[in-house]
Amino acid sequence: MSSAPSVPRALVVWFPDWPLVAAQLAGELSDRVPAAIMEKGLVGVCSGEARQAGVVRGLRLREAQSRCPDLVALPAEAARDAREFEAVLTAIEASLPGVHELRPGLCALRARGAARYYGREEDAGGAALEAAARLGLEARAGFADSVFAAEQAAKSAVELAPLRIVPPGESAAFLAPLPIAALGDPKLASLLVRLGIRTLGDFAALPLADVRSRFGPEGLMAHAWARGEDPRPVVPRVPPTPLERVVDFEPGLDRVDQIAFALRPLAEDFVEGLRREGLACTELRVQITDDAGHRTERCWGHPRHFSVGDVVDRVRWQLQAADVGSPSGNWRSTGEALAAPVVQLRLLPERTDQLGLRGQALFGGVDERLDHGLRRLQSMLGHDSVLHPVEAGGRLLAERCLMLPWGEEPPSGVAAAAERPWPGAIPAPLPATVFPEPVRVELLDAAAEPVLVDARGHASTPAWFRPGSGKDRRAVRGWAGPWPILQRWWDPAQALRADRFQILDDDGDAWLLLGASGSWWAEARYD
Amino acid sequence: MSLPLSSASAASAADQLRELQERIHLLQGRRNKEGMYPLLPCFSPLLPSGLRAGSAYSLEAPLSVAMALLAGASAEGEWCGVAGIPEFGAEAAAGFGISLERLVLVPDLGERWLVTLSALADVLPLVLLRAPARASGGDASRLASRLRERGCTLIVLGTWPQSEGVIRVEAARWDGLGEGHGHLRSHPMQLAYSNRGRKRTAVVDLASLRSGTGSAGR
Repeated sequence: MSSAPSVPRALVVWFPDWPLVAAQLAGELSDRVPAAIMEKGLVGVCSGEARQAGVVRGLRLREAQSRCPDLVALPAEAARDAREFEAVLTAIEASLPGVHELRPGLCALRARGAARYYGREEDAGGAALEAAARLGLEARAGFADSVFAAEQAAKSAVELAPLRIVPPGESAAFLAPLPIAALGDPKLASLLVRLGIRTLGDFAALPLADVRSRFGPEGLMAHAWARGEDPRPVVPRVPPTPLERVVDFEPGLDRVDQIAFALRPLAEDFVEGLRREGLACTELRVQITDDAGHRTERCWGHPRHFSVGDVVDRVRWQLQAADVGSPSGNWRSTGEALAAPVVQLRLLPERTDQLGLRGQALFGGVDERLDHGLRRLQSMLGHDSVLHPVEAGGRLLAERCLMLPWGEEPPSGVAAAAERPWPGAIPAPLPATVFPEPVRVELLDAAAEPVLVDARGHASTPAWFRPGSGKDRRAVRGWAGPWPILQRWWDPAQALRADRFQILDDDGDAWLLLGASGSWWAEARYD
Repeated sequence: MSLPLSSASAASAADQLRELQERIHLLQGRRNKEGMYPLLPCFSPLLPSGLRAGSAYSLEAPLSVAMALLAGASAEGEWCGVAGIPEFGAEAAAGFGISLERLVLVPDLGERWLVTLSALADVLPLVLLRAPARASGGDASRLASRLRERGCTLIVLGTWPQSEGVIRVEAARWDGLGEGHGHLRSHPMQLAYSNRGRKRTAVVDLASLRSGTGSAGR
């Protein structure tokens, strides 16, 4: 293994701060703002503006915000990084074939063919950087005898000289002075530093047998990297058949029915392209760009798979729901003009499945006739009118059940939230009637004053109850409470401080009331 | 009589006869297969054999009774639909034993409620409906043939012009809530089922049917 010149020279192209660049490309972040991508609650990547303000990798969000108050923090999203990198890979492939994606933001190529085609390694590296520059991206490239060494070479290149070539046979010498943390394995690095081994050169000097017995297979791999002999081969990827479809409208179209009509051939092509690959689309992402450059994006799920009509329906719904400020409320009719003409429409298959598996058998045993009937109803009444309940956690009864449009998957985390204990939950039996919006009621004490709950949780005795304004007041025959709810005082959007009363009125109706500072609402009725 | 029928032609004659009988039943308004949807055991004094598939029941009772009526069939694996009831407490329904995976809600039936309801009746075996204010006898009879054809049982909150029977609450009370202590625990109610002049009654405690999904927090 030590005499392994079998691994050929490699070219690695590295895009610094890729998660940040991907967020900018996806339109979730504007240029030139202090921004950070958070990974597991810590700053993973931050922009140059944030770095100037003193934000560094590994800070907690709170501390980063105290150093840079206008910091925009975005959660890390591997899917976004990979999706945006796809276009970059395609661009590089156009000038240098045989790209191996190591991870989003980092790709490797075999150096030999490229160098022979372009004449010199400098020119080959220049071609890769030029491909990136055409997309408006900043990149660094490095040549060396192994993938790891080439990656380090690319990372050591600077903005003014973005290409670094380590001549053949000098990779080990190039790697030797680098710190041990360059291996990218914090556990191993911390152990080695405590053993007094601070550079890759020190580590490479250890005997192979000792490294194997002390550090196992991972240590052996790291040792090979440090010696400049990365056993990872460069495996050129098979360029994927493009399954997404884009249509540009010139001039832009501003009526839903026009767009739906123009979309039909594209949707047919989209579904046919997937079918030829033996795939069925179960989740579709629709991106709509209007002439003001504004992009709306939405993911649509499907319990079976998208047919041509379904694709057109989803785009239509997205267009109809796009603009809340339209005269007919938040749902526009098909003939109505949109706020801005649509210039580009993009259909991306977000999740696909083997067509054979999706033919007859269905998720969770939903039978085809049922699904078809409900979808027909959905296209008659609108996407949000046929609902499917999913248990979700929460303190208020109305938020404990999430109503999902038919065919949508619940967002991640809902199932976990439903499992949590939720202290303060009301005792069984639960009320059958849960008002979607709490109804304003009155709860009065014997002096006909609204019942008040003080800071210590003492309340006056409820004596009268009026279910809604304009109704006769009824005597309260039984009551229990106040049961306090205190929720997320640190979060202004979800903070809630209220008290619950269970009451039984003179007509035999039982109610669950929710009140704060003398105002009372009926949350639910027991009936 | 001199020529005995061969066994094969006798069998085909029997098939034909059965088919004809089924068609007569269909025309007479009875389903060809007498389908029944099961109910929870506490309803057996009212409806011993369950809910008849393809008919409508009128319910002059609160929503929880309707949930309890759906629960038996839902637990047996049937899909249920709830139409026109935006305040349907799905969590309480789950407590009765209604499977949320097999529950579909259409909170607003829209302008053409009859079309929506027929579309639901086409695909769902049990539909709970809040009676629209403008339901006429004509609408109901048009829907009734659709229900019979599809074997869909309709449970209507409110009065319904052509119902198989009416379930009514005769008396109900809540127990367990005192003056500033306790909480609602039991809800015994006396239910009556009347069907063409016959009437059966039963006392049911709906609260005891709800296995506590929300564990007692206090």
